[in-house]
Amino acid sequence: MKNTQKQASGAPVVLTVEDLTLDALTPFGSKRVLDGISFKLHEGETLCLAGESGSGKSVTSLAIMRLLPITSLRVTRGSIKLHDRELLTLHESAMRNVRGADIAMIFQEPMTSLNPVMRIGDQLTEAIRTHQKMGVGDARRAALEMLDAVKITDAKRRLDQYPHELSGGMRQRVMISMALSCRPKVLIADEPTTALDVTVQAQILKLLQELKSEFGASIIMITHDMGVVAEVADRVAIMKSGKIIEAGTTLKIFENPQEAYTQELIAAVPRLGARKGTDSPPRISSVENVEVQTPSTAVLNVEELAVTYGAKAGWFGKGAVGFSAVRGVSFSLKPGRTLGLVGESGSGKSTTGKAVLGLIPFSGKVTIDGVPITKTSQAALKPMRRLAQMIFQDPYASLDPRMTVGEAIAEPLVIHQIGNKNEHRDEVASLLRKVGLSPDVATRYPHEFSGGQRQRICIARALTLRPKLIVADESVAALDVSVRARVLDLMLELQETMGLAYLFISHDMAVVERMCHDVMVMRNGEVVESGSRRKVFESPQVAYTKELLSAVPIPDPRRRNAA
Amino acid sequence: MLAVLVKRLGSSCLILLGVAAITFVLLYCMPADPAVMIAGRTATPTVVANIRHELGLDQPLIMQFFNYLANLLKGDLGRSYVQKSQVSSLIAARLPATLILMFSGIVVEVVLGTTLGVIAALNRGRMLDHIVMGLSFIGVSAPQFVVSLFFLIVFAANLGWFPMSGFGTFNHIVLPALTLGVLGAGWYARMVRSALVEVLTQDYVRTARAKGLTGVRVVLRHALPNALLPIIAMIGIDIGQFMSGVVVVEAVFGWPGIGQLAWQAIQQVDIPIIMGVTLVSALAIVMGNFLADILAPMIDPRIRV
Repeated sequence: MKNTQKQASGAPVVLTVEDLTLDALTPFGSKRVLDGISFKLHEGETLCLAGESGSGKSVTSLAIMRLLPITSLRVTRGSIKLHDRELLTLHESAMRNVRGADIAMIFQEPMTSLNPVMRIGDQLTEAIRTHQKMGVGDARRAALEMLDAVKITDAKRRLDQYPHELSGGMRQRVMISMALSCRPKVLIADEPTTALDVTVQAQILKLLQELKSEFGASIIMITHDMGVVAEVADRVAIMKSGKIIEAGTTLKIFENPQEAYTQELIAAVPRLGARKGTDSPPRISSVENVEVQTPSTAVLNVEELAVTYGAKAGWFGKGAVGFSAVRGVSFSLKPGRTLGLVGESGSGKSTTGKAVLGLIPFSGKVTIDGVPITKTSQAALKPMRRLAQMIFQDPYASLDPRMTVGEAIAEPLVIHQIGNKNEHRDEVASLLRKVGLSPDVATRYPHEFSGGQRQRICIARALTLRPKLIVADESVAALDVSVRARVLDLMLELQETMGLAYLFISHDMAVVERMCHDVMVMRNGEVVESGSRRKVFESPQVAYTKELLSAVPIPDPRRRNAA
Repeated sequence: MLAVLVKRLGSSCLILLGVAAITFVLLYCMPADPAVMIAGRTATPTVVANIRHELGLDQPLIMQFFNYLANLLKGDLGRSYVQKSQVSSLIAARLPATLILMFSGIVVEVVLGTTLGVIAALNRGRMLDHIVMGLSFIGVSAPQFVVSLFFLIVFAANLGWFPMSGFGTFNHIVLPALTLGVLGAGWYARMVRSALVEVLTQDYVRTARAKGLTGVRVVLRHALPNALLPIIAMIGIDIGQFMSGVVVVEAVFGWPGIGQLAWQAIQQVDIPIIMGVTLVSALAIVMGNFLADILAPMIDPRIRV
């Protein structure tokens, strides 16, 4: 990793993209998706294409591979050259020989990027034998070597396993080994770590850096995460609405960004440690005279919560034991405060959130505003639903596409038989205003809104019944950084003005640092550390917490080698 | 795994018992009296009563049912009223012909349906897609007796490629198998098309293309196996569909299988044969589903226990 920051411009150019312009063909005419994209990739360098969703970074990578759906996207002009060979005019059969052999690609979702009904070994040898004349036995040996190269544990056994038997991190290692198996000149990595836990992300990024020099490949890394950019890139190209608006060395981009958008992008990244020395999240509300009360009664009380999946009584009294997802979790949450629930996937944080709202069966004692949540029948829980609401991760999937925004927001009022139609309309208007949207949008449908706007709508819906507690499960994880910052601010502001208590579930340590008063770290279904945010973040006691904190990519290229 | 199998076997037996009971009651409620049918129109009431007593039809229904079950457990399906021979041997003699027909029908259905489905999916939105989907719509909605008559008129009567009816050579089976398979093929074409269209957008298909594989290999090795997973389970269920189709197809093409046997038995109110054929069909359906359950985890590694 020592020479990753060297100026690579002296090295020969591997890939040249010039004036690449691409149109999407829609029934209403064509729409420009990429507009004059130009960049050069030098030998041995890592170039990051960074930008938010819709900026055209993934489309660029698919255009280089010529994997775009030809019926809906068309290259109108430009050129893509591998050394001196033009790829855009290459015959499809010749292009197939380039794919996988000269330019290989790894994708965002390791969970779905491997064929689920084919053994790992078969998928690897297929890649190898497509481009190299090799017998099955030799290819299998080569596959094993590749798995060893990506440092997968127990490589030999993996060959005969299916993708579902591997964890996300292992699958991404398999994808990397597959991509590098033919020693490509260019490796395109499209958000390769976005779907992974933060500690796994750190391992994969490190692995990519090591393999880059070992295999002599140049890397085009596509990412939305400026922290990742700072961690791995030699040069950066910032993309926005199909254009490269700024490009340069990583140091230059981070320390002396020219474009306002680049500055915004870098500023929007929540930096871990940014709130060092403070006890509370920043004040957002412009309302100055909000009384900061600290009521003594907790809005949520959880004692010895346990959730077991898959347990059932068998024929003769002994059934399946089941998987213990959460054990012995106790905490309480006061109005106006935020408890962060952090941990990696499978740690039981989402399960805890669902159990608290009675969405899944659990054992233990949960009281919301003094009301015990015991039965998990819909009818018994109905009064509780007025007190506690949930905001989910995916704003695209959690709104009914056939319901107008107004109907979606008013639905809880209808269900709980509160007020009449006119009152509903007024309530919807005031809620929309509260979350920063115009009341006119009530008659529109979810697909007309962006991800951030949809999440605002989801928040409005959660607020309809004036709850005291909101469980936010990865509520900003699917949003772009700049949008994420605004949604977080909105949540803080609502907390100040309405005295909401948040149970804030997140894998993102920097976001948790910004949002929370208290933090609970979970691992394998148990709480390993808890306390005030300041205590946990500034003097973590448990090795796992330290590991989680140190794995977070820092948006500062100078600190790359410090950790 | 073994516990699951035992459980499934147990429930299969219960299903068969239920089928037997329901069929028995239905046949009893039938307005036609088998004794009268056997005795003929001119018979005196005494003769009819004698026949009724002989067949045990004068006993209470519940007794008849238990007698039938007791015999069934011994493997005795009773004796045909009309043909006087053992129902089990009548069915056994005709079962092979029906099994050949069903197997051919399934082959036609799966091969034709999958091929058409793949063609449609790969040409989605184009003319070929519309043509294939139109054909499959006809296949799904046309009644089997119409399809069989159409095939007979075109391929047997006019073109003379295949015989009108009969049994014995490969040529004899083509039209019945096509008739039987065409309905399923229509369904399969639609299911394969929608499954494949879905699968082709999956990430692992993109991975396969990024490896530099040919389009054919991407479809046949990566997309199709995944698309066929949910459809394989359907084949087991299809056997039920086929059982009802077999009666029509065998009658039209003079195919000497159990469908024809059932057809004659229904006309003659030959209750033991009707019961026997119904039970054998139910057994086939139950076994088909059972097979699909065993097969599914063998094909899809994700649902192995």
